[in-house]
Amino acid sequence: MEAIVLQLLSGLDGGSAYALIALGLTLIFGTLGVVNFAHGALFMIGAFCTVTLQRILTLSHTVIDDTQKDFLGNPLKVQVPYIQDWFGEATSAAIIDWSVPLAIIFAIPVMLIIGIVMERGLIKHFYKRPHADQILVTFGLAIVLQEIIKAYYGANPIPAPAPDVFKGSFDFGQLLGFEANRIIYPYWRLVYFGFATIVIASVFAFLQFTTFGMVVRAGMADRETVGLLGIDIDKRFTMMFGLAACVAGLAGVMYTPINSPNYHMGMDFLVISFVVVVVGGMGSLPGAVLAGFVLGILQSFASMREVIEVLPGINQVVIYLAAIIILLTRPRGLLGKRGVMED
Amino acid sequence: MSKSNFTRRGLLKTGALAGAGLSAPTLFSPVWADGHAGYTNAPAGGTVTLGFNVPQSGPYADEGADELRAYELAVEHLNGGGDGGMMNTFSSNALKGNGILGKKVEYVTGDTQTKPDAARASAKSMIEKDGAIMITGGSSSGVAVAVQALCQEAGIIFMAGLTHSNDTTGKDKKANGFRHFFNSYMSGAALAPILGANYGKDRKAYHLTADYNWGYTTEEAVRTSTEAMGWETVAAVKTPLAQTDFKDYVAPVLQSGADVLVLNHYGGNMVNSLTSAVQFGLREAQANGKNFEIIVPLYSRLMAKGAGENVKGIFGSTNWHWSLTDEGSKAFVKSFGTKYGFPPSQAAHTCYVQTLLYADAAERAGTFNPCGIAEALEGFEFDGMGNGKTLYRAEDHQCFKDVLVVKGKENPTSEFDLLEIVEVTPAAQVTYDASIFGGDLGTCNPGA
Repeated sequence: MEAIVLQLLSGLDGGSAYALIALGLTLIFGTLGVVNFAHGALFMIGAFCTVTLQRILTLSHTVIDDTQKDFLGNPLKVQVPYIQDWFGEATSAAIIDWSVPLAIIFAIPVMLIIGIVMERGLIKHFYKRPHADQILVTFGLAIVLQEIIKAYYGANPIPAPAPDVFKGSFDFGQLLGFEANRIIYPYWRLVYFGFATIVIASVFAFLQFTTFGMVVRAGMADRETVGLLGIDIDKRFTMMFGLAACVAGLAGVMYTPINSPNYHMGMDFLVISFVVVVVGGMGSLPGAVLAGFVLGILQSFASMREVIEVLPGINQVVIYLAAIIILLTRPRGLLGKRGVMED
Repeated sequence: MSKSNFTRRGLLKTGALAGAGLSAPTLFSPVWADGHAGYTNAPAGGTVTLGFNVPQSGPYADEGADELRAYELAVEHLNGGGDGGMMNTFSSNALKGNGILGKKVEYVTGDTQTKPDAARASAKSMIEKDGAIMITGGSSSGVAVAVQALCQEAGIIFMAGLTHSNDTTGKDKKANGFRHFFNSYMSGAALAPILGANYGKDRKAYHLTADYNWGYTTEEAVRTSTEAMGWETVAAVKTPLAQTDFKDYVAPVLQSGADVLVLNHYGGNMVNSLTSAVQFGLREAQANGKNFEIIVPLYSRLMAKGAGENVKGIFGSTNWHWSLTDEGSKAFVKSFGTKYGFPPSQAAHTCYVQTLLYADAAERAGTFNPCGIAEALEGFEFDGMGNGKTLYRAEDHQCFKDVLVVKGKENPTSEFDLLEIVEVTPAAQVTYDASIFGGDLGTCNPGA
C-alpha cells in the first residue's frame, strides 16, 4: 500500500511536468496549427532563465584576501556579489537563495518576447506549409537554440537549488497514518505539482473567462469567421504563442531544483510531450493535461522494481505501449475532437 | 683420407663473427628503426602528428574541453615550450623538450560526441586523412573500447583517456591499447575498507546502475568488494542511460530495507540521481537504526560541480585530484592553472600523462613503430606523474598505481574545492590477477 501511494505521488509529480509542456504544445497546435518541435527548447530556455538570474544576482567584484591562498598559492581572489554591498550579507544571501522563485518574474517577459519573436520571425512563414516542413524547421530551431545555450553555459549541468525552506522531504506516511519515514516526498516536488496545477488552472481560466480567451477559442473553432468579424485573430494567436512559450518557460524555471539545468533537457522531454499531446487528443487542452497525468502515473508504476523484475525494460516503453493501445481504441485520443488533423 | 679445413677454433671464430653480424642491428640501431618503415603513418619530414579524440559536443563536452587543454599543454611541453610541467618530475629522462625523436609535435582533433560510431569515424579520419601516428582521448568506456579496436586494426597506438570500465583492459583489451586511468575493480577495492571503517560491516546496499557496460562492471566491483566484508545487496536496479529524473527509482529505496544507496552512475546520470536521492531525504534518513548513506563509486570534479552541495559528505573514488601535494601533481597544477586559470580535472591529468608516456616510450624505443612503443610501455615502471610509483602492466596494458578515496567537502572554499582526499589507497591493494577479466591481448599490429 505504501509503495502504491508513493508511486502515485511520483506519477502526479512527473505528470505535472508532462502536462505543463504538453499544454503549451497543444495551445500552439490548437491556435496556429503548427507542430512545434522547438517547444522542448523553450522549456530548456526557461530553466536557463533561472541560471541567468542566478548569475546576475551573483555578479561580483574581486577582493584580494591576503590571509587565504588559491590553488596556485597566490592570495585568494574572493568574489563579492554587488548585491551584498547594496543590501548587506543576510539580505543578499536570502535574495540569492530565492533565485528560483524570483526567476518566475524574470522569465515571464523573457519567454513572452522569445515566443513572439519566434512566431513572427520564423514560424509564421510556415503556417501554410505541410506539417513535415514545420517539424523540420522547428526541430532545426531547437538544435540551434540548444547549441547557443551550450556555447554560453557549457555542457555540464549547472546546479540551481531550491530555497532552503523547501529543502528536505515531507512525511506523507505519517499524515496518512502509516509508519514514519515510509512515504516521504521532497517538498520542492510537491511545490512543483502545486505550481503546475495553478498554471494549468490559470490558462484554462484565461481562455474560459476572459474576452481575449473567448476570441481565441472562437478562432480555434473557426478562424475564418472570426476574421470576417473584423477581429485581428493573427495578433491574438501570436499572443497565444507567447503565452505557450511562457508556460513552457515557467515549467523549466521551476524544474531547475529537480534536475540541474543542462542544454539538452528540452530534448529529453520533447518526444514524450508529443506522445502526451497525441494521446490526449490533438488540439485538446484538457486532453493534454489528462494524458500528462495518466502517462506520468503509468510510467511511475512501470518503474517499480517489482514490475521491472517481471517485465524488464517495461518502464522505458510503457508510455508508448499505452499510446498504441489508446490510439487503437480511441483514434482521436482521450479527448480529441473530430476534424482535427484529419483532413 | 681427406683433411677437413674446419677446426674447432675456426668454427668458434666463424660463429662469433656471424653472431655479431646478425646482432648488429640491435646493437647499433633500435629494433624498430623507422628505416624499416612497415608501419602505419610513419612520420616523414620534421613533424609528427598526434590525434586527440575527445568529446567536443554532447553531454561530456566540458570534460572533453578539459582533456583538450591538457593535450595542448602536453604538446607545448614536448616541444620545449612553457615550464615543462611534469616532464621535470617524470622519473624517465628520455624527453628533452625537442618534440618526439627530434620531430616537432603537431596535433589534430576529433569529436567523439561520446558515441562509439562517431568516435570511430573521427579516429579513422585522423588516421587516414591526417596521418595521426597515435590516437588518444575520450570520456566513455563505450568509446574507448570501440576506438581501441579500430586502432588495433589500423596499426596505431591508442592511449585511452577517461575510461573506467574493467572491460577496456579486461575482456576487450588489445595489444595496441593502453590505459593509464584506473578501473571499476580498483574503485571497489579502494572504497570497501573505507566504507567498512566509516559505516560498519553490517550494511544493506541498494544499487542503482546505469544500464551499460561501465555500470555493470562498477556494480559488480562494488558488490564484490562490499559483500566480501559482510554487506548485503538488497537490490540492484538498472536505470536507462537516457534517464533524467530518477524519482521513480529513488522513491522506493527507503521501503526496501536498505540503509546504503550506491549510485553506479557517471556524468549527467550521477548529477541527477544524486540530486534525487538528496531531495528524497536519504542523506538525513535513518534505516535499520543507522544513518542512511549514499555512495558514488566514481567521482569527477566536473560532475561534482554539477551536483553542487548534494555531494557533501558522500564517499567515492577518483584517479587523481589537483590538491595532491606530490611534486608531479604540483608541477602539473601549476602549469595548467597558470595557463588556463583553474585547476585541471582528473580527465585532463590522465590525458596529459598518457601523451607524455607515449612520447617517452617512443624516445626510449627510438621509433614511432607501434610495436616498438608497445614494447617500451609494457612493464614500464615510472614515478613523478602524480600517482606515486606506477606500473604499466605488460599482461593487460593497465596502469597500477595509488587510487584516491575522496569525500564531498562539507565547507568548500572555492568552486574547485569540492572533494577532499580521505585516503590514498596503495597500488598493491588494488592490484588483481590479469586473467580475472578474460579477454585476449593478441599481438601488436604495426599496420601498413
